Amino acid sequence: MKTICFYFQLHQPFRLKRYRFFDIGNDHYYYDDFQNEEIVRQIAERCYVPANRTLLEMIRSGAGRFKAAFSISGTALEQMEIYTPEVIDGFRELAKTGNVEFLTETYAHSLSSLGDQEEFKAQVKLHQNKIYNLFGVSPKVFRNTELIYSDEISDIVYKMGFKGMLTEGAKHVLGWKSPNYVYTSIVQPQLKLLLKNDRFSEDISIRFHNYSWSEYPLTADKYMSWIASAPEEEQIINLFMNYDVLGSFHPAESGIFEFFKALPRYAEANGLNFSLPSEVFALLKPAGPVSVPYPMSWVDEEKDCSSWLGNILQQEAFGKITMISERVRLIEDRRIKQDWNYLQSSDHFYYMNTKHPGEKGFSPYDNPYEAFNNYMNVLSDFIYRVNAQYPSSIENEELNSLLTTIKNQGEEIVALHQEVERLKKKKARNAAVAHN
Amino acid sequence: MKALMFGWEFPPHILGGLGTASYGMTRGMAMQPDLDIVFVIPKPCGDEDQSFLQIVGACNVPIVWHDVDFDYVQKRIGKYADPQKYYDYRNHIYADFSYRYVNDLGCMEFSGRYPDNLLEEINNYSIVAGVIARTESFDVIHAHDWLTYPAGIHSKMVSGKPLVIHVHATDYDRSRGNVNPGVYEIEKNGMDNADHIITVSDLTRSTVIEKYHQSPFKVTTVHNAVEPLSPDILAIQDKKGVKDKVITFLGRITMQKGPEYFVEAAAKVLAKAPDARFIMAGSGDMMDKMIRLAAARDISDRFHFTGFMKGKQVYEVLKASDVYVMPSVSEPFGISPLEAMQCGVPSIISKQSGCAEILRHAIKVDYWDIEAMADAMYAIITYPAMHKFLKEEGKKEVDNIKWEYAGLKVRRIYDQVIHR
Repeated sequence: MKTICFYFQLHQPFRLKRYRFFDIGNDHYYYDDFQNEEIVRQIAERCYVPANRTLLEMIRSGAGRFKAAFSISGTALEQMEIYTPEVIDGFRELAKTGNVEFLTETYAHSLSSLGDQEEFKAQVKLHQNKIYNLFGVSPKVFRNTELIYSDEISDIVYKMGFKGMLTEGAKHVLGWKSPNYVYTSIVQPQLKLLLKNDRFSEDISIRFHNYSWSEYPLTADKYMSWIASAPEEEQIINLFMNYDVLGSFHPAESGIFEFFKALPRYAEANGLNFSLPSEVFALLKPAGPVSVPYPMSWVDEEKDCSSWLGNILQQEAFGKITMISERVRLIEDRRIKQDWNYLQSSDHFYYMNTKHPGEKGFSPYDNPYEAFNNYMNVLSDFIYRVNAQYPSSIENEELNSLLTTIKNQGEEIVALHQEVERLKKKKARNAAVAHN
Repeated sequence: MKALMFGWEFPPHILGGLGTASYGMTRGMAMQPDLDIVFVIPKPCGDEDQSFLQIVGACNVPIVWHDVDFDYVQKRIGKYADPQKYYDYRNHIYADFSYRYVNDLGCMEFSGRYPDNLLEEINNYSIVAGVIARTESFDVIHAHDWLTYPAGIHSKMVSGKPLVIHVHATDYDRSRGNVNPGVYEIEKNGMDNADHIITVSDLTRSTVIEKYHQSPFKVTTVHNAVEPLSPDILAIQDKKGVKDKVITFLGRITMQKGPEYFVEAAAKVLAKAPDARFIMAGSGDMMDKMIRLAAARDISDRFHFTGFMKGKQVYEVLKASDVYVMPSVSEPFGISPLEAMQCGVPSIISKQSGCAEILRHAIKVDYWDIEAMADAMYAIITYPAMHKFLKEEGKKEVDNIKWEYAGLKVRRIYDQVIHR
């Protein structure tokens, strides 16, 4: 029996406001609250809220036992908590049904897996905590930003204790192999992988309301029969997409919600069922290892990381934040920590890409140069604040040992104080006894 | 096919962008093997490049019949044109102009510049055009900029051939809206009589349609391009004596070019990046005002005026620059940022300039948005990746903007007006 694994990505960055260079050193608030609120409210209204309702309905109807996994970035969760708490409630309700699994990713949907390892681990931890605090579950499966994956990343992920990971089934990696099996990492054979089925995923995420597509209109009946007609041995079809597909990429008028609602019924009719990633990892045996020496992602035709780190503007900006990350970790200041997270979102780098001339995509900027300029101005101010905490003339290692010394001495002082208190009391007691 | 073109300037002796554009355009068109060009200018200097077209000087075309012998003509105008041509033209004098002031050959004098009696010179030019149009055989008439429109109209009347006019600028650009009625009349008349109008940008195209009330169907944009730099210009070394970053404004210091925005932005940048330097190269009627403004902003020690630059000097300044800024209030096209990018200098251009329509790897700001302009200047001199990227990508981009392609577009317009 074939099984379908649905997974949705949800992410919203904290978009930056117009930050001129003369604000550097004067203004330490970087975000365009108005725009962020508007975008989050709008997408919640068009997509998140109705989509949550649809999925809940699908699960409650019981047909085909619908299940789905979510990966929601920390920055998106924070903004939904502020602007649209009803979306969080929707996810809580979904979580209660037990048919939904939450995956872990980097807190800010960042590119840290390609930069600083320690930073990467710290962000994953942070995200795990966030998910636990909100939904009361501890994620067991990892999903990296935009499905970025390489052998090196798989090694870190496995060592952090994850047993499974989701990624892209890129053609240049798989070759003749089919994505419809469970694979393992070539460097860590214990780490199982689910690979995105490009064709079936993109039938929904990209082509669904394309009038010039020869298969338009796509019906749930037709779609499920395609999946059912895949070769018998192929047991798992991974449909990975943005949650925005429901209602935002394809507006409600396109019939996307009705299409989803009909999926479980036709899945049942075609002898298919739904599974969560952790269930798949527990049930199915891996077919073999895949080797990915260079990072891949699920974006564009190339399925690589050139959308974020393709040109020298992006490389410079990313190089700068990677360089200071060790220093930032030594700092306790909460505002700096918070800004640090927000500034790492991969979106800031995506806005600087020059791969698609003339196309604006999701960018709030007119062009890549403006995006770079604005980000670098903000980053200059941030670095200035970081350096103001501890003098930059001290090496990180030295600083770390100094901080440790101070911390140890602090603890020692506390301990000694307690000792003094104790002795004082003892002395008083002894004196009292003697007096009596 | 043969085109009769009327222009006002032709390199190497040029006063503004019109000459450069005329040269590039004709050169690009001459790559089409079946196209001959006769280019009329008021006063040639004899050292024009005639390898790809034939230059006719209006000052060497007779309008009054004088009996002169061949050797004399050879001696007088032999270095500009074939003496036989003189006799051909003399045979086509169409009216009695003996009341006019003419020289010993029966020709009128032209300055070839922009003198105070410009309107009279324009009129004289169109008298001569009548003789030329009667003599030469051609298929289409092409007139560059308003000075030559009357000549173009006259030639059209005489020959019945279609007239294409090429709008390099309008008086709305030059005057920030306060047009000179005399100039407007000549421009409007030229456009009304033209069979097709070529504009150098969509910006100019909309001016022509809205302010001169032309039908959109007969107005087409053909963006300008740039000639590749010659090896001796590419070989110019950066002679900058200081390590400071240099930000340059280059052009006429007039109202149209928006120099005051450059000074104001400079003051903002210097407040944050005290080791930047600013150069304002060129001259013009607002220069003194700008010197006073720089002094008032207290940045004169970092703000340098070079005066008028010509030929190679322009490239020497560009090569020593880290940023090129063109804050023009209204620029029909603006070829200078393209030249800067050829030299590998990142450019900031105003959105109100025509070249912004075709350039991707230049930073575009509104001319009045001093903050955005200052921000862009600061970014390029502060973030090395930005400078490097704009430099490399900009050069790549501008190397692909070729006159040859512009020439093909003009050719399609010729074909269209001829076969109507």
